[in-house]
Amino acid sequence: MNYGIKAAVLGLVGIGAAFLVIPMVFGFQKPMIETVQHGPRGVAMGLVYNDGDLAKTAAANKVPTYLPKLPAVGPKASAVYKNVQVLGDLSVGQFTRLMASVTQWVAPQQGCNYCHNPANLAEDSKYTKVVARRMLQMTQNINQNWTQHVVATGVTCYTCHRGLNIPANVWTNATPAPGSDSGMGFAAMNFGIAHPTTVTQAAVASLPSDPFTPYLEGAQNIRVQSTVALPGTDRSSIQQTDWTYALMMHMSSSLGVNCTYCHNSRAFSDWSQSPPQRVTAWYGIRMVREMNNGYMDPLAPVFPDYRKGPMGDVAKVNCTTCHQGVYKPLYGVSMAKDFPELQTVSSSAHPYP
Amino acid sequence: MSEYLNIFTRVQVRGHYEPGIPLPRGNWTRTQGEPIFEYWMGKLGDAQIGPIYLGGLGVASAVCFLIAFEIIGLNMWASVHWDPVQFIRQLPWLALEPPAPGYGLHFPPLNQGGWWLVAGFFLTASILLWWGRIYRRAVQLGLGTHTAWCFAAPIWLYLVLGFIRPLLMGSWSEAVPFGIFPHLDWTASFSIRYGNLFYNPFHMLSIVFLYGSALIFAMHGATILAVSRFGGEREVEQSVDRGTAAERAGLIWRWTMGFNATFESFHRWGLWFAILCPITGGIGILLTGTVVDNWYLWGVKHHIAASYPTLWGPVIDPATLPGAASLGVVK
Repeated sequence: MNYGIKAAVLGLVGIGAAFLVIPMVFGFQKPMIETVQHGPRGVAMGLVYNDGDLAKTAAANKVPTYLPKLPAVGPKASAVYKNVQVLGDLSVGQFTRLMASVTQWVAPQQGCNYCHNPANLAEDSKYTKVVARRMLQMTQNINQNWTQHVVATGVTCYTCHRGLNIPANVWTNATPAPGSDSGMGFAAMNFGIAHPTTVTQAAVASLPSDPFTPYLEGAQNIRVQSTVALPGTDRSSIQQTDWTYALMMHMSSSLGVNCTYCHNSRAFSDWSQSPPQRVTAWYGIRMVREMNNGYMDPLAPVFPDYRKGPMGDVAKVNCTTCHQGVYKPLYGVSMAKDFPELQTVSSSAHPYP
Repeated sequence: MSEYLNIFTRVQVRGHYEPGIPLPRGNWTRTQGEPIFEYWMGKLGDAQIGPIYLGGLGVASAVCFLIAFEIIGLNMWASVHWDPVQFIRQLPWLALEPPAPGYGLHFPPLNQGGWWLVAGFFLTASILLWWGRIYRRAVQLGLGTHTAWCFAAPIWLYLVLGFIRPLLMGSWSEAVPFGIFPHLDWTASFSIRYGNLFYNPFHMLSIVFLYGSALIFAMHGATILAVSRFGGEREVEQSVDRGTAAERAGLIWRWTMGFNATFESFHRWGLWFAILCPITGGIGILLTGTVVDNWYLWGVKHHIAASYPTLWGPVIDPATLPGAASLGVVK
């Protein structure tokens, strides 16, 4: 009799301990933690950094060596090569240097043939070449028209690709819950929430796992706090707040910063108390929407099915695609300054498609 | 001879088997069986386990709780497509969510929040029946009903969160989901949506009583253990007939801070601090969204939110600038 009770007591203690220990394992970080003041004294606006994590992030975000800039001498690429739609104004030397650089940034294993048919470099038979052309236009557009976000630093193919065919951090639309259209079924559906998600860096949250579709492809309202003290003007729900919260946690983890990098957390919505980084982020959200709607989604007919998500959509961009854990991609080192051909939209560029 | 130590003690509270006083007429019987003593329970309290009085209210409460527990657990399991491994691995994240805002106070399809309402009904029934059980057992034992009224305080907070406030807001979606992390996320989202709960004065009061309860409980435990060598554990006797333990227990506080509670009054301090924590908290939740929509702005309006110097140039909401609405919009 006593043994049974002893086993039951020990079992209950074990279950209780598991409930305490599981969140702790996810929640704890290895020391040392450093805090950098980011606001006025007394408001606890500190940026929290983990030394060990910083060392790892720094090692993973180094700028590679790249080919030196060449002068614009000699014949133009459009005069020498066929089917040069975007970069025709470059000299042959500059053009070849950019092609070699793109190979190093996007397809270092496969080389030129990842995009080109070696028998005829000019033809567009490989989908990767069509995508690459559109991505060059996207890069030019970002550097010319989105300086509120990328300032003079700019971006290159390497900012996202980092030597990979497909950037390490991309996303596709989440699948809707089975039976969500009919409302039938015995048990509650999977609403795309209440599961572990990579959206949040600290995994001890159960927030929506795809805040990207509504906010970074769609343009759903992110602001959920009333702008007046008393009720009557704002019907935002708590569940809507969960979605905004998930997007903000994504931004936080992709930049390796906490809320106070952009907000005074005592009044998240108040711009007058917010650090100026919040303005940069606001433009970033709009920039990413344009990248997804103007460049990635229209490439759907070009991409083969095996490159698409379960909903048949192409891989898209979010904050992590460029930032990769750093407040400024590659710690703000500008590679784009050495690639002036990526700085402005080519006058010869054909509109897509 | 066992040795009594007043921080960690090896004394086992273990006497002869004590089934308790005879039950009044009309009561159920208590659980029967061999007397059970458990050494490890004796480390924490009384070594005797049982007998338990079941009773109609207790059985009904247990049945309702099991129904709610099953509904919540099966819905969580369904959300991982009945995979037992994922059910265990993801358990802290899994949820039974309340209906979406669009359903208002209507009863939605079972798989879109209906189960949440059913589980909430049975959990609430279970809690209220258990309250009735505590009340009735206290009366049958000839006690005051203090424990039942103390239990009513957290029930008030529970009902505000899951029933009264959603009714006033006109939407079940305002209520708390079932789940370990999901209900914690709810508290964060709730505070964010309503402009920072720390500026809610009833939230402030609730924190005062929460921390105050911990302080008062520690003061009391420490004082009584400290005077146990003078018989201080006989608190009730000494509250009407002050012995040296009660005198000294009072003196330590009067000497250190100029005022002391008494052996009797201090239990009222503890009781009120503890129950005022959920009572004031419940008031604070009830006012949120119904009377105040943004607690930070409410704090600014009533001059309880300090202003701080800005360290940057003026930061302007870019959405208010010309052309903002069309930025990033692809035709």
